[in-house]
Amino acid sequence: MDSDDEFNSVVSSDDLAGDADSSVGDFGADSDVDIEEDYQDDAAFETQEKDLRPKKKAYQVDFVVKSPEDIQREQDKHVADVATLLEQPHEATAILLRFTRWNKERLIEQYMDNQEEVLDKAGLGQDVRTSPPRIETVANFMCDICCEDAPGLESFAMKCGHRFCAGCYRQYLCQKIRAEGEAARIKCPGDGCNKIVDAKSLDLLLTSDLTDRYHELLMRTYVDDKDNLKWCPSPNCVYAIECGVKKRDLGKVVPTVDCACNHRFCFGCTLSDHQPCPCGLVKRWLKKCEDDSETANWISANTKECPKCNSTIEKNGGCNHMTCRKCRNEFCWICMGLWSEHGTSWYNCNRFEEKSGLDARDAQARSRQSLERYLHYYNRYANHEQSARLDKDIFHKTEKKMTLLQSSSGMSWIEVQFLEEASQALQHCRQILKWTYAFAYYLARNNQTEIFEDNQKDLEMAVENLSEMFEKPTDQLAGLKVEMMDKTTYCNRRRVILLDDTAQRLKSGGWEFNVELS
Amino acid sequence: MAGMSSKRLQKELTKIQGTLPPGISLVSAPDLREWQMDIAILDNPIYPPSDHYRLRFQFSQSYPIEAPEVVFMAINSNPERKIPLHPHIYSNGIICLDLLDSQGWSPVHNVESICISIQSMLAGNTKAEREFDSIRLLWLDLGGLADC
Repeated sequence: MDSDDEFNSVVSSDDLAGDADSSVGDFGADSDVDIEEDYQDDAAFETQEKDLRPKKKAYQVDFVVKSPEDIQREQDKHVADVATLLEQPHEATAILLRFTRWNKERLIEQYMDNQEEVLDKAGLGQDVRTSPPRIETVANFMCDICCEDAPGLESFAMKCGHRFCAGCYRQYLCQKIRAEGEAARIKCPGDGCNKIVDAKSLDLLLTSDLTDRYHELLMRTYVDDKDNLKWCPSPNCVYAIECGVKKRDLGKVVPTVDCACNHRFCFGCTLSDHQPCPCGLVKRWLKKCEDDSETANWISANTKECPKCNSTIEKNGGCNHMTCRKCRNEFCWICMGLWSEHGTSWYNCNRFEEKSGLDARDAQARSRQSLERYLHYYNRYANHEQSARLDKDIFHKTEKKMTLLQSSSGMSWIEVQFLEEASQALQHCRQILKWTYAFAYYLARNNQTEIFEDNQKDLEMAVENLSEMFEKPTDQLAGLKVEMMDKTTYCNRRRVILLDDTAQRLKSGGWEFNVELS
Repeated sequence: MAGMSSKRLQKELTKIQGTLPPGISLVSAPDLREWQMDIAILDNPIYPPSDHYRLRFQFSQSYPIEAPEVVFMAINSNPERKIPLHPHIYSNGIICLDLLDSQGWSPVHNVESICISIQSMLAGNTKAEREFDSIRLLWLDLGGLADC
């Protein structure tokens, strides 16, 4: 009953929106599968209410937004389920589950196999149930941390017997929780002791402000431990997303999810929405844009290497007689041949036919060409990225325009909503266009690529048309309402077509890339 | 909080001023913030037993909950102290040892036990080199060319 495995199929199978096995515990809350159906999809006349659910597009994935309360409840439920099975108290079960990273099946199996070993490894002694943790006063005790030995000193120890005074223990836990952000795997302060401080002991020792922080951290580890849960990366967002897409599927699907805070991001890599480009290519592309790989490309396009020791050289003037500073090799910048073979023809290299010189020049031409190709895609990518940044301004301008329009044309609030819709469509489409260029950079040249480029061109044209209209002065906007709404709908339709086509081909492995998709 | 740190250090100091394991000696402990210790390695030909290495301990207010900061010091003369060659010791004296990191630290450790750990880390070493410095050498290798 591995619930994770059962869910694998959901992404790869077609249009299973919400049909996922209701028997699967984790996903029992299927009814609130929260695919935010875009209004524009409805406009595409495809959802003729055949089913209660709208048909899912190939580029959409199932996901659920979870609030902190949902997560806590889910966690408690898992613990309660397993606790009855293992006949262990709640705290111990929670530790055991965290120990196996919330893999119930593995825990139960291991536990049934060798109870003692599992308990031991998880940092639980055998008799967790017999005596609850308590703060005691022990005769002739000296705390190894603070060296305090006053009689009547309160001390605490877990089953491992490493006893420290309550004050030191508290301070140790405080340091771990507050400064190091640990929760689920805080170990006994004793050197080399692997026993984990359980929730009950913590509650006994901690002050209330720390208990809250501790429980919050515990909840975080639950989400961090589970592969099908991820925090929304947006700053200050408290929600987590549950999505069944596995890491190994990322070459076939771009799992884009919408958080309740309106942040749209990729579940696979938690970067901002990068449809239609799969995570592997996004990673490559960003690396290429950011790191030295383009510097390297520039170097090969603009510099040559010493034919003897391969040191890199940029020529910024001077004669063609080069002397390698490193190996003292003398050669000709033009033909890369040995300078000694040049005789006295210093500025007139007559050795163009030399084979080695020819090879060197070929290599340079190739890398120049590859640089040009990269720059073609990069410029368009960067342009859309910049436009997307300007979208923020546009959005604020839109709001102002909407109020202006309401007062100047006497239109009602609902009647000026078309501007906001247009603005949103522009933002979304530009984001996608941006990534189509990174995607196209890695596509091999074939018919499919041409179809893709046609789709890209159509979307880009639609976006530019709408964008132009969007920047018209406010007094003309009221008259353009119908046309603008049409263009918005068209943009969104082109967007859906492009995404759907790309996602379908990705799923069936129909794209041919010029790099390994890893 | 400061009370715990000073009380503990006070006790440690009293003990250290008494007996210490062979090769380890206290150099100075002017206050409860910074101490210096000397260590010698007794059974490794890489480090002659006559060579002593100077360790500087800096304690924060939350010692011993937090690990102290421990580095090797280089002193040019009177007496001369070098930074020992070891793949996990930088040329600036910083030591890479799990014990000194928050993950490996336990409040039960103390100055003496840290000295013993560092001593045995050096005693067990077989490579008289700094691994980290290979990165620097790599940069030096990237020499250039110029036209005449």
